[in-house]
Amino acid sequence: MPPLGGLAREPRGFATALLLLTPLPAVLYVAAMIGDLFYGSRFLGTDPVKAGEHALGEWSLRLLLATLAITPLRRITGWNWLAKHRRSLGLYAFAYVALHLLTWTLLDVQLLISEFVGWADVQKDLLKRPYITIGMLAFLLMLPLAITSTKAMIARLGKRWRVLHRLVYGIAVLGVVHFFMAVKKDIREPLVYAVVLALLLGWRVREARRSRLQRASAPTPA
Amino acid sequence: MPRHDLQSSDITPESVYVDRRRFLAAAGLAGAGVLAAGTLARAAFAAGRPGQQKSLGTPYGLQPNDTPTPEEDVTSYNNFYEFGTGKDDPAANAQDFKTRPWTVKVEGMVAKPGDYQLEDFLKPSRMEDRIYRMRCVEAWSMVIPWRGIPLADVIKRAQPTSQAKFVEFTTLLDPKRMPGQRYPVLDWPYNEGLRLDEALHPLTLLATGVYGKDLPPQNGAPLRLVVPWKYGFKGIKSIVRIRLTDRMPRTSWALANPGEYGFYANVNPAVDHPRWSQATERRIGSFRRLQTLPFNGYADQVASLYSGMDLVRNY
Repeated sequence: MPPLGGLAREPRGFATALLLLTPLPAVLYVAAMIGDLFYGSRFLGTDPVKAGEHALGEWSLRLLLATLAITPLRRITGWNWLAKHRRSLGLYAFAYVALHLLTWTLLDVQLLISEFVGWADVQKDLLKRPYITIGMLAFLLMLPLAITSTKAMIARLGKRWRVLHRLVYGIAVLGVVHFFMAVKKDIREPLVYAVVLALLLGWRVREARRSRLQRASAPTPA
Repeated sequence: MPRHDLQSSDITPESVYVDRRRFLAAAGLAGAGVLAAGTLARAAFAAGRPGQQKSLGTPYGLQPNDTPTPEEDVTSYNNFYEFGTGKDDPAANAQDFKTRPWTVKVEGMVAKPGDYQLEDFLKPSRMEDRIYRMRCVEAWSMVIPWRGIPLADVIKRAQPTSQAKFVEFTTLLDPKRMPGQRYPVLDWPYNEGLRLDEALHPLTLLATGVYGKDLPPQNGAPLRLVVPWKYGFKGIKSIVRIRLTDRMPRTSWALANPGEYGFYANVNPAVDHPRWSQATERRIGSFRRLQTLPFNGYADQVASLYSGMDLVRNY
């Protein structure tokens, strides 16, 4: 199938745009949080910490889903050049998760900041509150993926790299579950993420089944 | 003037708007002086200058560093799911909410039940300005200057029978006017309840105003409950019915998630919410966490209501 829209090759400036635009929400939200908290601005409304923390978390989910969307998009449209951006999108998703976690630790929970909060409190949060446990687990699982995202590591790990990086499916599921559990009652927003994730994973299941069928029905020597 | 255009400011005497001390000082002057004092008091609200607590009402249970949360925050950061589940949804979606005419039904185990127009319901009581701490179950807090009448006034007037043990409150059910009710986020209408002794406690307020003005719709106009030693969700908004009963009312959040929200919902730093600690809180408008106080700082006045009760089980 010929590539859709004649985009056989990457449009000029695409890589630069991706490089500049993807970190933009993070830069803006972090700047807005600092401004609102310590310099009297009012970009994020009444509770800048929660607003920033949630926004960073949602952006990390969006980027994670974007990462997972690349392969289906490539197959459907024929835009094969998308493939080389998958890793950087994944790394950006990791950076957003790290900022989300940092915001939670320092600005929300205020570990190391508040005299009323100690390691014991954070430990209790991590062990006794399932949505935090799940969020932290997703972050920890992302660490090996981030560390092995360099070209040298890909070469070194060979086939094992692909196997290791299948973790991303589990991470995405954990991320969406974390979002579901974090909201008080209104699950409409996490539901949107869950549906998109289900579509992306469902497509993969279908493809896998199809290729197995094809292999099975391939003519065999008599 | 058509009835639906009535504001409570048309009915409430100007004197009630003015801080008592200011009013007493002004009363010595000519009538024009009274008006001037009113203007002054309003100017003080608007300017938000330090020391403004004095003109906002009588502080109850405030801690040394407590200052009223800016009006902009109080009226723009709300949990009022009838107008949407986001914190800024109510302020955005409730602006056209008409609160006149408004009827309040008092019923159940009382000698004198009745349907009242809001104005008649409020008239016999004296309006008071009280500054309370407010602690949300989500671990943030504010300090809010309310205006209202003691709930006890209303209940005593209705003359509860000897069987009455609880008071149940119900919010308006009208999905046309309250768009959040079109989604089954909670089992509408919102219901809340208090034990009769809690309802009769002098701290329990039926608020009609905040920051010296009528309640804006997003804060629960025209009539809402304020129970300062309990988590904010007990403060049911836009009340249309008050019912005395002998059974513990089924309250909305306790029904929606019984493991996380109970009937009592007393502020208690020692009992965590399953998903977060209640030991500390973030005060809206300032960065550093504060320690959460038992009964939100009102233990001296209310702890005796619960003597002998297991507050871990009765969360």
